Amino acid sequence: MSKLIVSPSPHQLGSNSVKKLMYGVLFALIPTLFVSVFFFGLGAIIVILSAVISSVLFEYLITKFILKRESTVMDGSAALTGLLLAFNLPSNLPIWLVIIGAFVAIGIGKMSFGGLGNNPFNPALVGRVFLLISWPVQMTTWPKPSPFTEKMLGYTDVTTGATPLGQLAETMRNGESMSSLGEKVPDYMQMLIGNMGGSFGEIAGFALIIGLIYMLMKKIITWHIPVSIIGSVAIFTGILWLADPVNFADPLFHILTGGILLGAIFMATDYVTSPMSKRGMIIYGIGIGVLTIVIRIWGAFPEGVSFAILIMNALVPLINMYLKPKRFGEKVKKLK
Amino acid sequence: MLKTFPKGGVHPPENKLSANKKIEILPVPKQVSVPVSQHIGVPAKVTVNKKDVVKVGQIIAESGGFISANIHSPVSGTVFKIDEVTDTSGYKRQSVIINVNDDEWDEKIDRSEELIKDFDISSEEIIKKIQNAGIVGLGGATFPTHVKLMPPKGTKPEVLIINGVECEPYLTSDHILMLEKGEEMLVGIQILMKALKVDKAYIGIENNKPDAITHLTKLVKFYKGIVVTPVKVQYPQGGEKQLIKAVINREVPSGGLPIAVGAVVHNVGTAYAVYEAVQKNKPLFERVVTITGKSVKNPGNYLVRFGTAVSDLIEAAGGVPKNTGKIISGGPMMGKALNTTDVPVAKGTSGILIMPEEESKRRVIKPCIRCAKCVDVCPMGLEPFLLMTFGEKAMHKSMEKEDVLDCIECGSCSYACPSDRPILDYIRLGKNRVGAVIRARSTK
Ligand code: SF4
Ligand code: SF4
Repeated sequence: MSKLIVSPSPHQLGSNSVKKLMYGVLFALIPTLFVSVFFFGLGAIIVILSAVISSVLFEYLITKFILKRESTVMDGSAALTGLLLAFNLPSNLPIWLVIIGAFVAIGIGKMSFGGLGNNPFNPALVGRVFLLISWPVQMTTWPKPSPFTEKMLGYTDVTTGATPLGQLAETMRNGESMSSLGEKVPDYMQMLIGNMGGSFGEIAGFALIIGLIYMLMKKIITWHIPVSIIGSVAIFTGILWLADPVNFADPLFHILTGGILLGAIFMATDYVTSPMSKRGMIIYGIGIGVLTIVIRIWGAFPEGVSFAILIMNALVPLINMYLKPKRFGEKVKKLK
Repeated sequence: MLKTFPKGGVHPPENKLSANKKIEILPVPKQVSVPVSQHIGVPAKVTVNKKDVVKVGQIIAESGGFISANIHSPVSGTVFKIDEVTDTSGYKRQSVIINVNDDEWDEKIDRSEELIKDFDISSEEIIKKIQNAGIVGLGGATFPTHVKLMPPKGTKPEVLIINGVECEPYLTSDHILMLEKGEEMLVGIQILMKALKVDKAYIGIENNKPDAITHLTKLVKFYKGIVVTPVKVQYPQGGEKQLIKAVINREVPSGGLPIAVGAVVHNVGTAYAVYEAVQKNKPLFERVVTITGKSVKNPGNYLVRFGTAVSDLIEAAGGVPKNTGKIISGGPMMGKALNTTDVPVAKGTSGILIMPEEESKRRVIKPCIRCAKCVDVCPMGLEPFLLMTFGEKAMHKSMEKEDVLDCIECGSCSYACPSDRPILDYIRLGKNRVGAVIRARSTK
């Protein structure tokens, strides 16, 4: 008999792996990918490819030549960051800007902290916010969705127009009533399928929700973060709308437009940068929901999900410290 | 809705390969090595000398204190020597080595198969008999049974919970015992109820054993106060605190014993041993052991005399398969890996599991991605990733503050981690350190 292996229990491990989880999230993004290509054509394809390829490449180069350790690109997390970054960009963004975004996301957002697991901020959002602050014009010029037209083959030369949220900000700035907004934006059904302006991954409400259901079924994420974000957005905007429907948009408008769904389902649920306990996840979600609306209504930007998530990312260590999971036998603790 | 514990848990593949294998009697070997410490607590003191002639069931080592247990000879023959022998824990322990001669039993033992239902003795006498018979918890914990029957002052047992969960994958010894010795077990449970002066007992059985559930449910009609409670298949359903919560919905406080909520838990195997001790005068010197593994030729359940070498048991199941990487005493989640098969089967040996080499190797450890899966699955509501991080940095104070001592070492965290981190290794180390620190503190 050859030598027996001796190690402490458990002697059997589950079948989960980082790779499986990351590819699971990528898989959940496929419907969104189709919808975005359907509405934004060639531009979407170019931005996605350049973001994913450069993210993977940067991670490979940094692990190999700077950190000098075994490359981790195959675990899928770099590709995921690239794809999520792309989904947060307009489809007419020039390639070189996409590459800068990917560099900031991977190089600064992720690898400078030591790679997957150590980064405090969502890397894709670090990349996006960096671009937004440095190139505000390019980052807020939104192509109009144009399915089944020859414009599908356009890239940086497509027609642009305001997003529903841009319209909302303008309506509010001009002191016009919400009924005038209704005439300018697509109806809710169109919004749900994705026929509106915006970052090309955030428009596809329906497809994003399919992704959510898939991830819940596969136990990749739990419901706590997405539901608490969407719920708190609904409640907060609902109160404002009920109090003053002339000056505030209704909850459904807020949920379907901008990055709420993409943010709640795919960005805020990033393992590394979200809290560890269920209670923590709910507080974190509520924080994101409320901050997003505060920024949208009272802030300088028409959209606030990215900022809200990054701000709450910063609070995660605090949340983890104070919101522990409920211990078994806790109620009756002070026996000792 | 099936009853279960409120949070955490995992569902490893059940692999109950030996589930429908009848109990077979393993032939008595030529020689046995019987350790004097087959239980938690003080080792027993040897009462025989070299060359003494012993019979089956005769006492060979006497309980060394309150938390200790008698050891009886599992065979008849001559004491060959008293020596240190490595046991399944991997440590050398004092053992009585006996050369077998024939199979002559102590006359007091009733060897008939006849079921004796009635008993008319007091609680105190029952406890005395159980103590004399050297019975310990046969679920694996090996805590002396009589101690659990004498609740500390100021506590009052209200219910008896019988653990027939067998949540460890692969193991089937409790399952087969419930099927073949159900009636004896129920008498044993009644005896335990009398000893504890309670009138209610629940038998918790995981729902993957429908035959045992039906069988016992049919039988309990004739046994007052006993109820069969099917519970959900969810590891670690058989953890004492988890089972109490599932069955009677009471939460044992952190650092407390089950008796704090009026519950006493015993294993089904223990209940059977109690029957044999009280009704048949038979002390504990053999038990049912599962021998199993995907590569094992004939997985099965054997009645094995203590002191029999594990290698003999493996031989009976078809020998050590090619490609064997690991041999485990117990189940895959909480069992102990052996470095040799030349160790004796003892009171706590519920099964021997053989794992092929490709399943035995540890996987490469990847960085923690803070996915919180370990937090999700921890049945005690701990934060395994945090305890691991503190463990890596030897921050034992912080570990204590984060309730590391509540960990029941179920291994669910390591099982669920997608990065294959050895979370429990660090927690175990930390527990030992923290335990030592606390002991030092209290003696100051
Ligand atoms: S399960 Fe593993 S990777 Fe996930 S948080 Fe726990 S230790 Fe980290
Ligand atoms: S920390 Fe302890 S109790 Fe919790 S899952 Fe890990 S081993 Fe089980």
